[in-house]
Amino acid sequence: MRESQLVTPCCQRCTHAPSSPCSDLLECIDHGPVCHDDETCREARAARRARALRGGDGMVLFVGAGTCGRANGALVVIDKISEYLGQHDLDIPIVETGCVGYCQREVFVDFVTADGVRLSYCDLGPDTIDEWLEAVFGDGALTNRFLLGRYDDPDELFPDVPALADTPFFALQTKVVLENCGVIDPSSLDAALAAGGFRGAARALTTMTPADVCDEVIASGLRGRGGAGFPTGKKWQIALKQPRAQKYLICNADEGDPGAFMDRAVLESDPFRVIEGMLVAAYAIGATKGYVYCRAEYPLAIERLREAIFQCRAAGLLGKDILGSLIDFDITIKQGAGAFVCGEETAILASIEGGRGMPRPRPPFPAVAGLHGKPTVLNNVETLANVPAVLGRGAEQYRDLGLGDAAGTKVFALSGRVRNTGLVEVPVGIPLREVVYDIGGGAPAGHEIKAVQIGGPSGGCIPAHLLDVPTDYGTLQELGAMMGSGGMVVMDERTCMVDVAKFFMEFIRNESCGKCTPCREGTTRMHEILVDLSERPVGDQMHRLERFRGILHLQELAETVKETSLCGLGQSAANPVLSTLRYFRDEYEAHIMESRCPAGVCQGLRVYDIEPGLCTGCTLCAKNCPNEAIIGKRKFAHSIIVDRCTGCGACAEACPKHAVLAVA
Amino acid sequence: MSITINGKEIDVAANETVLQTARRAGIDIPHLCSLDWAPSPSASCRLCVVEVEGLPRLQTSCSLEARDGMSVQTHTPRILKARRAILELLIASHPQDCLTCVRAGGCELAVLAGDLGVRERRYVGAVKEHPIDISSPSLWRDPNKCVLCGRCVTMCHSVQGIGAIDFVGRGFQTRVAPGFSVGLNVSDCVYCGQCARVCPTGAIVERSHVEGVVAALADPDTVVVAQVAPAVPATLLERRTKTQDVHTMLERLAGALKHVGFDAVFDTSFAADVTVMEEATELLERIQDNGVLPMFTSCSPAWVHFVETHRPDLIPHLSTCKSPQQMAGALIKEIYPAYAGLGDKRLVVVSIMPCTAKKFEAQEQTGVDYVLTTRELDALWGRFGVDLAHFAEPAPLDAPFAQASGAGRLFAGSGGVMEAAVRTAHKLVTGHELEGGPRVNEARGSEGARHFTIAAAGVDLNLAVVNGLGRLQETLDDLLAGDPPVHFVEVMSCPGGCVGGGGQPYDTDGDAVHERLERLYDADKRSSLRTSHDNADVRALYEDVLGRPLGEVAHRLLHREYVDRRPAVDSVSV
Amino acid sequence: MATADEIIAARGELTREQLIPLLQEIQEAEGFVSQAAMSRLAEALRTPVSRVYGVATFYNQFRFAPLGEHVIQVCRGTACHVKESLALAQHLKRRLKLRDDGSSADGRFTIISVACLGACSIAPVIKLDGEFYGHLTVERLDALLDEVEAGAEAAA
Repeated sequence: MRESQLVTPCCQRCTHAPSSPCSDLLECIDHGPVCHDDETCREARAARRARALRGGDGMVLFVGAGTCGRANGALVVIDKISEYLGQHDLDIPIVETGCVGYCQREVFVDFVTADGVRLSYCDLGPDTIDEWLEAVFGDGALTNRFLLGRYDDPDELFPDVPALADTPFFALQTKVVLENCGVIDPSSLDAALAAGGFRGAARALTTMTPADVCDEVIASGLRGRGGAGFPTGKKWQIALKQPRAQKYLICNADEGDPGAFMDRAVLESDPFRVIEGMLVAAYAIGATKGYVYCRAEYPLAIERLREAIFQCRAAGLLGKDILGSLIDFDITIKQGAGAFVCGEETAILASIEGGRGMPRPRPPFPAVAGLHGKPTVLNNVETLANVPAVLGRGAEQYRDLGLGDAAGTKVFALSGRVRNTGLVEVPVGIPLREVVYDIGGGAPAGHEIKAVQIGGPSGGCIPAHLLDVPTDYGTLQELGAMMGSGGMVVMDERTCMVDVAKFFMEFIRNESCGKCTPCREGTTRMHEILVDLSERPVGDQMHRLERFRGILHLQELAETVKETSLCGLGQSAANPVLSTLRYFRDEYEAHIMESRCPAGVCQGLRVYDIEPGLCTGCTLCAKNCPNEAIIGKRKFAHSIIVDRCTGCGACAEACPKHAVLAVA
Repeated sequence: MSITINGKEIDVAANETVLQTARRAGIDIPHLCSLDWAPSPSASCRLCVVEVEGLPRLQTSCSLEARDGMSVQTHTPRILKARRAILELLIASHPQDCLTCVRAGGCELAVLAGDLGVRERRYVGAVKEHPIDISSPSLWRDPNKCVLCGRCVTMCHSVQGIGAIDFVGRGFQTRVAPGFSVGLNVSDCVYCGQCARVCPTGAIVERSHVEGVVAALADPDTVVVAQVAPAVPATLLERRTKTQDVHTMLERLAGALKHVGFDAVFDTSFAADVTVMEEATELLERIQDNGVLPMFTSCSPAWVHFVETHRPDLIPHLSTCKSPQQMAGALIKEIYPAYAGLGDKRLVVVSIMPCTAKKFEAQEQTGVDYVLTTRELDALWGRFGVDLAHFAEPAPLDAPFAQASGAGRLFAGSGGVMEAAVRTAHKLVTGHELEGGPRVNEARGSEGARHFTIAAAGVDLNLAVVNGLGRLQETLDDLLAGDPPVHFVEVMSCPGGCVGGGGQPYDTDGDAVHERLERLYDADKRSSLRTSHDNADVRALYEDVLGRPLGEVAHRLLHREYVDRRPAVDSVSV
Repeated sequence: MATADEIIAARGELTREQLIPLLQEIQEAEGFVSQAAMSRLAEALRTPVSRVYGVATFYNQFRFAPLGEHVIQVCRGTACHVKESLALAQHLKRRLKLRDDGSSADGRFTIISVACLGACSIAPVIKLDGEFYGHLTVERLDALLDEVEAGAEAAA
């Protein structure tokens, strides 16, 4: 474990230690020493701070090595860099950071020049890193084709290089939660402290009462970023008012929404911010024990969080009598075991208690009777990561970050058929169009955006013509979507909306815990109807009629499931179906009336044909067909029995002559 | 405190749910998952939804605390629509064999479908395809008929503390099954049948012996005799039979059984009297000879099975007495053929029991050939056209076991074995009857565990009654380590005793059990014979056949051995 | 490698809260959760075996049979779906001749469908033996599998 330099005493007069914590610790790091006046100590502290801030002395290299960076070869890039540095006798520290959010252009490598200007390079990878190394260290060509922009440049040493914050992907963003992501070393408490970490917690613990903290968070307008958007401060206030001695705080990091990955990115890139948020929340409600319930699919996030917790304990920022406030708080990590429903707060409780992660009825709400029956507050990662900003900037300033009546910022995970994929943080209330087009760069060349799916399986699809709406909680809900955790999947004309509805319904059916009737049975029935719609009717007219009836049933089932399900998962399970029915009814009709998938996605409606002129009778298609739908004699043209064909396309893939063609 | 239901103000008790308040007020809100015995409502079936003023969403009344001033609507169009939709969904994945289902006519799901107006299966699609489990000698499970209400799981875990079955899997694939989805026969199941008693459908039912009985009745070369457990007439009084007391009911039952072809009908309470003689003697012998104490009763076969499978270390503590069912069976088979001059005709003994575990016991021992539960009796009446409510042709019980004491009858309820044994033990030790009459108040009641002491000839007998296996497991350590040491413990597996047995009529609240107990106390009070040792038939039996309690013949016919049935852990397949 | 017994013993005093962490640790050590391990766990936690089994079967993570040598998790999240991850899954199924239990005919590969790997920005993604691979196409997937198979042959 790395030891913090910034919390190490400057001389014997400083007495801060985890066993005797000092309430002026943070003030001391910024302007210290506070308790005594000594120029040498002051200089020593300033020097430590400066070093922590830039990542080291002299030249420094930062490599974005979050999960997406690693998937693009970040670890190979690091190996190659250190090899190169070794060969050339260059003693430059390499710092692994998390993700700066522009995943499309990973791997990012930042180079801090001897003058302290940090230049950011992207599009690097195992194949291109050699070229970059040669350019930077061989030719001294700092401005090369990989350069994206620079961080602060007070002396205008690089007048021609744009500030990173002014480049198109970042220009419209307001980074609060993500401000340190990809910038600082996520496994260094000093880096977090130098970047302003724990100032909000210090303010709360040393200058405010728990009730004040709740009030401030209420005033900030911060709402839960994980789904329903309940006002965070109010939740805390309810828990604070409970008279029980033992209370719990749970950080919900079971980010299961397909299409959302901001919680992973924050935990991987700035775990200290989450710990700080938890510390403030625990103080506000009076909890002494905290849990982070994190998906097992996020090993790197768990690793970095674990390291961060160790460092905070060693520095006295977790444990007993934190910052001399007499407040005790510590954090345990619980790994999820693969159940989407465990994002639901009462299901998390059941899971932490060691049971099947099945939700239970509310009331009683967890803030009144939660884990082991004790008052428990559950907040998601992004919500807690906003808390330091609320306390650090003050409620008013935080609130003003949002547009119109909305407060603060929201992180969206932009993915799908859009040029720039990644994490973007924007003021709540920004028009959707700006996110998708100005930041996301719109659809890939030659394609046109059809819809944006927001909020994962609980959300809905917003059609292209409505993209000018503001992204706030109320508006999205009115449109049949929801903020959810902020997954934003862009779809173009190659996406079939019936298929999307079917996709989500399959997801929910698979993830339904099976406890309550409407969700367990209803999602199964709805999925069956959607499957039926996306396959060719077989046999008699009755089946065609059934398919038609299906769409009527679909709407009815959707309403039942929404109205009567036990938990939020079921209550919102029908949203993808309802919203696609609402905006893309024509696609449903094409599937039903014409047995045609306009986007050509639904395999079951695809019809293949073999062009006799091209077919050499090699039999490969027949051999590869899983349904024995292809007949023909060797060396003679083959043909497809349409009724047996499921449209899987194995024949087309197998045909060496490209004689198998999709005709519908 | 009061709430308004459908515009009417109704007083509420503390900690009452809206569902309970409504029920008291005569408003029936449909529900499948909720159970009074559950520690907390699961609110999973969603049928009990109601509208509450000020709350936009529908609320489940089983989980909603009735709070002063609340205004609730229970049957609005919105609610009826939601309930019907939910029921349609339950039925969509349900097997379509209702006509031949064992629950036909009495299925809660079918009744609800009628009530809610579901008269069509609109959704076609996947149905459940789980294997049916017929491995158990007592209970059959068909998970395809399960609506996942979880009542059985509640009974098995929370009430009985056994935990043989639980929810397995997730989503549409969720089912209730033993660990590793093995058969019930190799699971932790003790066959108490509490799961079956509360199941709303035919997903868990007793293994039926009706066909075997009907076949035996049809065979001219077979003599079929019945023995009837005292809980059965105490329960059948709930039917509109215009009969008030247990003994009359028993004689009417005997009449009906003879009408359908039984050759003789005996009262298992007679064997209970014999059990008292043996067990009281055994207890006193253990006390005198510094034998293993406390001694536990062995009447309840699910409890015995629990010891053999979960706690074989307790085997030395079990009384070696067979259960009354098996004592009766052994005595009938030993004595009756000669007594009745059956010649080479085959004798079949059918016992009519409130219990499913007795089916297992019958398979393991030789005294009884078939066991019909109280519920299965209805199938017999149906087959032979007996309308018990109007069938009034009583028959006396048959010799040579015709007489039974009030004490023997008490065996059917929690505390009854203890009370009967105390009456006789006191006589055996002191030579005279209990002062202040035969009633032993300390043994009665419905608490989970009752401790008391009876002084007899300078000896303090420390006694305990444990009501239900769940409570037993909580108090077992205390009982074994009792200071002063506990001498004798009555254990009944089912809450309330046999009257609340797993073979009793389908039931989801505890009131009926309490009423049955009261009827037994009443039967005892009315009886002119209240002690087992004064039963003339019992005395005659000892004089003519058995000799003395625990004697050689008694030992051969009335006592048994136990085996350690724990699976060797290493044999668990990997 | 630690056995289930050792893992349980190492925990010291046990509470129900530790059931899932213990199942995870046992699976980590043994590759799957055996019935024997679950029985031991039930005994140690003084909880019925049915409950341990009920919990284990609730969560996707737990496997009750050994995995193949190579494990491929195919992400079936929204972004991956929109970028045609179904084609990858189907291709794997055909190329590896997957059985119903998700393992290849030769038992060397196990394919697990995952709801979302949380790497949507580089969709479609798979995770092969713990490493993420993004922006995949059927061709790149084939190349990857060729590499794995070649590596195995070289080692043999």
